[in-house]
Amino acid sequence: MRDVAIIASAQMANVSTTTATPVEMLLPVINEALANAGMSRADIGFWCHGSCDYMTGQPFSFVMAVDALGAWPPIIESHVEADGAFALYEAWLKIQAGEAETALVFGNGRSSSGDINRTLSLQLDPYVVAPLWPDDRSIAAIQARACLEAGVVTSRQMAAVAVRNHRNAQSNPNALRSGSYSVEGLLDAEVVADPLRALDCPAHADGVTAVILASADTARRLSTRPAWIRGIDHRIDTQNLGNRSMTTLPSAIVAAHKAGVGNDKVDVAELHAPFTHQELLLTAALGLTDATNINPSGGALCANPMMSAGLARLAEAASRIINGTADRAVGHASSGPWMQQNLVCVLEGE
Amino acid sequence: MSGATSDYTIAPDGSFTAPLELFYPYKRTVGPTLSRFLTGLRDQRVEGTRGKDGRVHVPPAEFDPVTGEPMTEWAEVGSQGSVVSWSWQPSPVDGNVLQHPFAWALIRLDGADTALLHGVDAGRSDAMTTGMRVRARWAEERTGSITDIACFEPVTSTAVVARGGS
Repeated sequence: MRDVAIIASAQMANVSTTTATPVEMLLPVINEALANAGMSRADIGFWCHGSCDYMTGQPFSFVMAVDALGAWPPIIESHVEADGAFALYEAWLKIQAGEAETALVFGNGRSSSGDINRTLSLQLDPYVVAPLWPDDRSIAAIQARACLEAGVVTSRQMAAVAVRNHRNAQSNPNALRSGSYSVEGLLDAEVVADPLRALDCPAHADGVTAVILASADTARRLSTRPAWIRGIDHRIDTQNLGNRSMTTLPSAIVAAHKAGVGNDKVDVAELHAPFTHQELLLTAALGLTDATNINPSGGALCANPMMSAGLARLAEAASRIINGTADRAVGHASSGPWMQQNLVCVLEGE
Repeated sequence: MSGATSDYTIAPDGSFTAPLELFYPYKRTVGPTLSRFLTGLRDQRVEGTRGKDGRVHVPPAEFDPVTGEPMTEWAEVGSQGSVVSWSWQPSPVDGNVLQHPFAWALIRLDGADTALLHGVDAGRSDAMTTGMRVRARWAEERTGSITDIACFEPVTSTAVVARGGS
């Protein structure tokens, strides 16, 4: 295996809605990531993009995004119809294959183009579920109830997750939602999708994340403290909701094991768990304890830009290695109902 | 995705204005497994596929999610079942099976080992409990679709009266 590191990143400050086009959203963030790495476009060997046509409301919308990269002289680029974290996996493979030494990975989504709860119905089974148009929040609420009734989580634990993430988000300028709340206060709040309360549900956002990867020599030349990717894996559970565990995350457990999460301490974990009960399930699946600082950014609960929030978790985890506040970090990205897909990335400093 | 429409205007300055309705109008064939399931619903019959381990999947799985083997054995299950978990939809949206507040529920039909997602016409959220018994309310016009089950309804004496013995 080749040593590959995250050496820089940039994010757009998340907003609840924007009239900016994808290119207008992407351009400043890509420029900022390049500047943070001390690189120019010509230094990038591979460009990899995560986005979703359903968010833009336009087929092949990713082709337009190339305008933010500059396609002349010719570049080598690729796209995944997924969160940018999965594009990062492709870029990591590209470097492993020896076909590139550097990569710029980016993910963007304008959730506000439509009613995001409704748009997300379209990721469900197209024959026996999507025709019923169940919204994202209702689907999550079914899982939350199963967890509560099985005693896997409690309402108090869920509220505590919301309190911590919103408190952490106060020091994250990119977060969309933040605040100082108490567990009791949140438990008194009204239920919006029984049994979920408003702050159990993610703050849907429009946003962009860009991350720069480099192989060993380039990483050491450009960064005093690269965030080395020591393990990365992604797994998926069945799309059949009625045949899935609602109280465990089998694919996350496998991905965490393959990525080697449990091989050493974890200083920081950035988890892409959109709903509070899901963060509790994921923490258990990854085997994390109180010794780990979970979601210092406020996580996806406080800003959930579609197709960018997962890559943002990897960027946040890496930034804490790069700035020296953590030695070993986990970045996690998910996708699909009940966190159907899980990507786990273990990052270490030297 | 379609923006096709004749509902457009051309302003005096020549600028073109038209509504843009975003959706993917694709039609798909559903394949032999889902075809049998959906045709069964048209005939008010619910069938699932049985895995090597004997578990009956409703809705049917084409391939065993654990072994990846094709699932070709069928089993008919009941149109009544039990609620495995649920949530409450206070504000239905276009396309939902009911246009007044209702429950989303995973329902394990009698004889099935997996659960089906559908709406339950329970009236009020406090009428919903995990484990409660529900039965399919069939649509009057059935076309071979998951919506041939109009929704589920609680199996209670009041529900029987409310349906007028139909």
